Amino acid sequence: MIAQTVLGKRGSIFLALCIAAAILVPVLTLKVAPNSALYMPPYVVALLGKYLCYALLALALDLVWGYCGILSLGHGAFFALGGYAMGMYLMRQIGARGTYANPDLPDFMVFLNWHSLPFTWWGFSSFFYACLMVVLVPGALAALFGWFAFRSRVTGVYLSIITQALTYALLLAFFRNDMGFGGNNGLTDFKDILGFNIQSDATRAALFSTSAIALALGYIVAAAVVTSKFGKVIVAIRDAESRTRFLGYRVEYYKLLVFTLSAAMAGVAGALYVPQVGIINPGEFAPANSIEAVIWVAVGGRGTLVGAALGAILVNFGKTYFTGAFPEYWLFGLGGLFVIVTLFLPKGILGLIDRMTARRKPQPPAEMPIAPEEQIAIPEGGR
Amino acid sequence: MTKDALTNSLLYLNDVKVSFDGYKALRGLSLVLAKGEMRAIIGPNGAGKTTMMDCITGKTRPDEGDVYFGGSTDLTKLDEADIAELGIGRKFQKPTVFENHTVEDNILLALKAPRSAFATLFGKAAADQRVRIDAILKTIRLTDHRLRPAADLSHGQKQWLEIGMLLAQDPKLLLVDEPVAGMTDAETATTAELLREIARDHSVVVVEHDMHFVRELGVKVTVLHEGAVLAEGSLDAVSADPRVIEVYLGR
Repeated sequence: MIAQTVLGKRGSIFLALCIAAAILVPVLTLKVAPNSALYMPPYVVALLGKYLCYALLALALDLVWGYCGILSLGHGAFFALGGYAMGMYLMRQIGARGTYANPDLPDFMVFLNWHSLPFTWWGFSSFFYACLMVVLVPGALAALFGWFAFRSRVTGVYLSIITQALTYALLLAFFRNDMGFGGNNGLTDFKDILGFNIQSDATRAALFSTSAIALALGYIVAAAVVTSKFGKVIVAIRDAESRTRFLGYRVEYYKLLVFTLSAAMAGVAGALYVPQVGIINPGEFAPANSIEAVIWVAVGGRGTLVGAALGAILVNFGKTYFTGAFPEYWLFGLGGLFVIVTLFLPKGILGLIDRMTARRKPQPPAEMPIAPEEQIAIPEGGR
Repeated sequence: MTKDALTNSLLYLNDVKVSFDGYKALRGLSLVLAKGEMRAIIGPNGAGKTTMMDCITGKTRPDEGDVYFGGSTDLTKLDEADIAELGIGRKFQKPTVFENHTVEDNILLALKAPRSAFATLFGKAAADQRVRIDAILKTIRLTDHRLRPAADLSHGQKQWLEIGMLLAQDPKLLLVDEPVAGMTDAETATTAELLREIARDHSVVVVEHDMHFVRELGVKVTVLHEGAVLAEGSLDAVSADPRVIEVYLGR
């Protein structure tokens, strides 16, 4: 019953696929013999796990952009902060096994001649504390940023530009050694997570399954939000902000809440990403990453949730293939893809599917179309 | 104006001045609306009608002057959401309904209910909401269209939907900006009927260009000119006023 009203048919399929992947992938990599055709090598597991983290990031972005019209070009910052929180936990797990064999300080601090752990690192030996920070740090930053931006009624392109500035400022800050987060090398050389060797096939499989489940849970949360009355209000804000205000809704608090929730989801995505790729460095704050995430959502279908996740997986699959086959042309391919999608598929791949099924059986699709005036021009390409 | 005028009024504007970059949109506008009254406001373009609405609804803050609601609430200190909460509903000149929501959901969003983000996220719909929505849809003649997206409605239907959204807020005062612009004659007549129906238990301010429509409303008229009140009275009285004729025809 709840599944029908909150998730819909498409959402139920999506959830079933997430759960199937969470079960199947570990079986294929751990239980199937390496010489079998069905065997999944560990590097593929890690790669797929990475895609799922991106899908969760795309889902978070779709919640604010697709449903509330807030085009964040800095969501990569929340992803990276979540990643750093997890990275710090993993650094503390190294203990005395680092190059300098210092049981109290990570290698880079010994190298910088520091003698004690900065307060920012306190508590990160605890997995629970780190998990809390994964959600709290991006959430708090988003809440603070949103408090100022939304209360001053910064909207549209101006908001997009300051989100971009936010992630760029963090990029520069994290590059500095005296920030105490490893400077431009970032955090790497991880050994264990919760006592399990991070390189082992079983741990990788477990991380993949955790990512798939996190994606499923993230989807359920997002779907519950957008199907509630709150969801109707944020769509109303997207389509006619001042009208919503005159109805008596405090638009800034709605935006603040959805933006903060989205940032926390992005943080979780980043936290799952870091142990699977084995490194986090300031490069994750690069504005280009955030823009790429916007492209995933646009390709998959804005304001559809499932489409956003699908777009992230497809585009990244394409990226893996293209950067291997024609490394010089990937960025052209990505740019071209974005132009094609904005010109011909304003509602993304899911919109195209809707249109094709609608042609076969004349029944209006249930997905939400985007008001034309809301399709704001995006730096690069634009409409 | 006297102290009595303030305490007995629903809406009280005294010597309100607003300027934008040196342009004086309102230059000492004063207006008193009694409880339960329906008032038509007319005036040529640039007379300050929309700016006046903006001052009442909190979109624009007056540079000088008083704006009081219900005799005691100073509206210049509140923002849009506060003022909407107080019971002032506004219909815009251009119909602004939520195009991607169904007709029913448009009314639902407007319906008087807790407005906080947490209430809408976790709250349950009140049981009588359905009944209220049905009643409003019937009043605005859109019962058959309840499940259609608002984007599919005709221009006139969108205007009615917006009036319905105002009703759903159950306001003490309705501000209606050019409700019949772009409507057919039949739609205009229906709208006048609709507003008269609403005025039976609400106070209403209607801003309108269409003299024919204003005549059909049959209420007291205030003529604005260059940001101040030029004349006030019945439509026949003000149309006989030489200054009004000068403003409307003398250019």
